[in-house]
Amino acid sequence: MSEAQAEVMDRVVKILSPFAKNEAALASVGPDTGILDDLKVNSARLVDAVLSFEDEFDIEIADEDIDGVNTVGDAVRLIEAKIA
Amino acid sequence: MTNDGRGRPDDQRVVVTGVGIVAPNAIGARPFVAAVREGRSGIRKIPKLEELGFGCRVAGVPEGVEQLVEKTFPESERIAMNLGHRYACLAALEAWDDAGLDRPQPDSEPDWDSGAVLGTGIGGMDTIGDKVVPLTDAGRVRRLGSTAVEQVMASGISARVSGLLALGNQVTTNSSACSTGTEALLEGAERIRRGGARRMLCGGAEGASHYIWAGFDAMRVMNRASNEAPERASRPMSASAGGFVPGAGAGVLLLESLPSALERGATIHAEVLGGMLNCGGHRGGGSMTAPNPDGVRRCIRGALQDAGVAPTEVDAINGHLTATGADPREVTAWAEALECNGRRLPPITSTKSMVGHCLGAAGAVECVASVLMLRERFVHPSINCEDVHEEIAPHAASIPHAAMSLPDMRVIAKAGFGFGDVNSCIVFGSLEG
Repeated sequence: MSEAQAEVMDRVVKILSPFAKNEAALASVGPDTGILDDLKVNSARLVDAVLSFEDEFDIEIADEDIDGVNTVGDAVRLIEAKIA
Repeated sequence: MTNDGRGRPDDQRVVVTGVGIVAPNAIGARPFVAAVREGRSGIRKIPKLEELGFGCRVAGVPEGVEQLVEKTFPESERIAMNLGHRYACLAALEAWDDAGLDRPQPDSEPDWDSGAVLGTGIGGMDTIGDKVVPLTDAGRVRRLGSTAVEQVMASGISARVSGLLALGNQVTTNSSACSTGTEALLEGAERIRRGGARRMLCGGAEGASHYIWAGFDAMRVMNRASNEAPERASRPMSASAGGFVPGAGAGVLLLESLPSALERGATIHAEVLGGMLNCGGHRGGGSMTAPNPDGVRRCIRGALQDAGVAPTEVDAINGHLTATGADPREVTAWAEALECNGRRLPPITSTKSMVGHCLGAAGAVECVASVLMLRERFVHPSINCEDVHEEIAPHAASIPHAAMSLPDMRVIAKAGFGFGDVNSCIVFGSLEG
């Protein structure tokens, strides 16, 4: 993972942290960590996390793009593509 | 099987084992009882109301709530909690703790025997005004995120509390304007009495928002004459009463079946002896905004009958008493319903004189005050009515202007009336009474 990717990932994890109900998964979070399955983020709250991504990175994320986001790495790749 | 001497078998008796309160003049039962005992007003100037040109620019808004909320709830929950939710959750947790019940773990089994009736009069108008309307009108619907619905749905208040405490019995929100809080208690008590639940968290909450209060201000039913003297602005039973002062907050009482409370050795604050709910049908002088006096009398009499309490047994009254033109009619209704006929009316007081009119939370906040007064055997002062209204003057001696000790107090009656001509009256008794 590049330094830039790592920085995006740190910011993504920071946004997801308040929504994560699984502290253990959060403590060992990596690109393959599932946002809903592992971190146990309430699926409804994923909408709020995406709004926070938009604010944090000054981007717009289309609804259809959200459907492809399952892991933390998916979110990082989506954001990187938008800010590139 | 024993009964209370009023004809109700023990397994149908309902007691109060916990209270929680978020009021404009205090948060928490202990500070609240001290505040009402000394007649402390929680009414303050609200700069936003001045900025917006409201006629009434004072209100009762609980102070210090944000710090408590930050300490108590994680950010993931706070983002979905408007003010009404915040007040309700803090009061519910206090009532639960006060009852000596353990807070459940996130992965615990639901408590199938405990439920909630937690009402609201207006609901999540702060969420609607601050978020839903401006974002929707700006074409930015998706920016509402996931938290708008649960804050504007009427049942959001009870739903939020059920999640906190893993309530697995009936969880619902009632709404009957300013009668909401008292109605919630009677509905919850009835469910326990029927054997449908062991415990019900009952009460109401109302947020603090200029959007909630605007319509009332437009109706000119809020006091416009005391903006420079906030603590003197809420003036029930006064000749110079000029309308109610809006308030906000929550009151929650943990109602429990007597056998359940005894079995677990809970401290019992009071018994719900009985009560009555009715509507004046918008007839006989009643309307959307005014009560049919016959409906009010029937409600009070019906409550006493349900409670098995004779009119002469009522030791104190915590009235609805809002500081509008309805106060004299209410006091007359009490005197008639209690068949005073020259006998002195029991001490009659208005919690609203100190906290304002908390709308959907009013009955609940005032039931908490009633239970605490009964437990501590006193009647709090009804402040700001040194100049008793002329039509109430025959009963002036029954209005306490300072805390009145009542060592033999056994029964207190509390009524609530609301727009829609709806009435509620609940009768609390000391268990040993």
